[in-house]
Amino acid sequence: MIGNPSAEAFVMAVLLTLLAAVTLAIARQRNMFGVVILSSIYSFLMASLMIVLDAVDVAMTEASVGAGISTVILLATLYLTGSMEYPQRRSVAIPLFVSIVVGAALVWGTIGLPAFGISDAPIHQHVAPTYIDFSRKHDMPPNIVTAVLADFRGFDTLGEVTVVFTAGIGVLLLLQGGWRLGGSRPDDDTEGDDEI
Amino acid sequence: MELLKTFAAHYNYFITIFLMISGLFIVIARGNLIKKLVGLSLFQTSVYLLYLTPAKILGGTAPIYEEGYKLYSNPLPHVLMLTAIVVGVATLSLGLALVVRIKEAYGTVEEDEIFAKDPEAE
Repeated sequence: MIGNPSAEAFVMAVLLTLLAAVTLAIARQRNMFGVVILSSIYSFLMASLMIVLDAVDVAMTEASVGAGISTVILLATLYLTGSMEYPQRRSVAIPLFVSIVVGAALVWGTIGLPAFGISDAPIHQHVAPTYIDFSRKHDMPPNIVTAVLADFRGFDTLGEVTVVFTAGIGVLLLLQGGWRLGGSRPDDDTEGDDEI
Repeated sequence: MELLKTFAAHYNYFITIFLMISGLFIVIARGNLIKKLVGLSLFQTSVYLLYLTPAKILGGTAPIYEEGYKLYSNPLPHVLMLTAIVVGVATLSLGLALVVRIKEAYGTVEEDEIFAKDPEAE
């Protein structure tokens, strides 16, 4: 985003505060339908924030996958499990303590990082200029993210496809296993193999 | 004043950490398995933010080459997070399939009720 740097920082601060508020609402909400809709709102806010952070490709993916497909499969699961409300029975003292300790450690580690948005931070000094210059010099796609994704790091996508394929097989095996046909739970892994 | 400046310069990181520990808290504290998975995806999304925040240069532009622009944000974290988003939705759907299977086997998705029905699961 080209423009006034302080305006960019302001828009970002507003979006980040909204994100924190939605997260609090998700943690407090008991109605599962509300939780799913709030997580969809969260994903859209995150996508807007990614646009301000100049990550336009990531924003598009987050809006379609995070706010779209994730919400759909969460709603489908709610339909299948039919769990809309749940009671609060357990104490939150220990989880709260663990979270606060982890958060304090992370904040302590964050203080030493370079300030946000400066151009001479170490992350912008070594690999990034090489990618940008190299993709221009060799007539790669003008979108440098595409150039890095397809031309430099194609194996990442191969690994990604492997993960998605494995997850897809897992989902199919879990949801279409043989126990539905037999009407009972399989007691071991081999039962139901011939039905698949 | 100096403290306030440091706070403003690291505000992105602080919110990222808040989202992260909120996700962690939901995963540990809530008994509903679907809510746990929503917490897990909150945690994953905060990691996207943790990667994308240092990639940004204030006053820079998105990494799409065009004459007349010199300052581009770092494209490498964007590429890594594109992969992470897709892997995130894959793990989420696998987890939800497990939840559906648990619901079929135990008749509930509440952790406490599952433990009550099956003492060996705990």
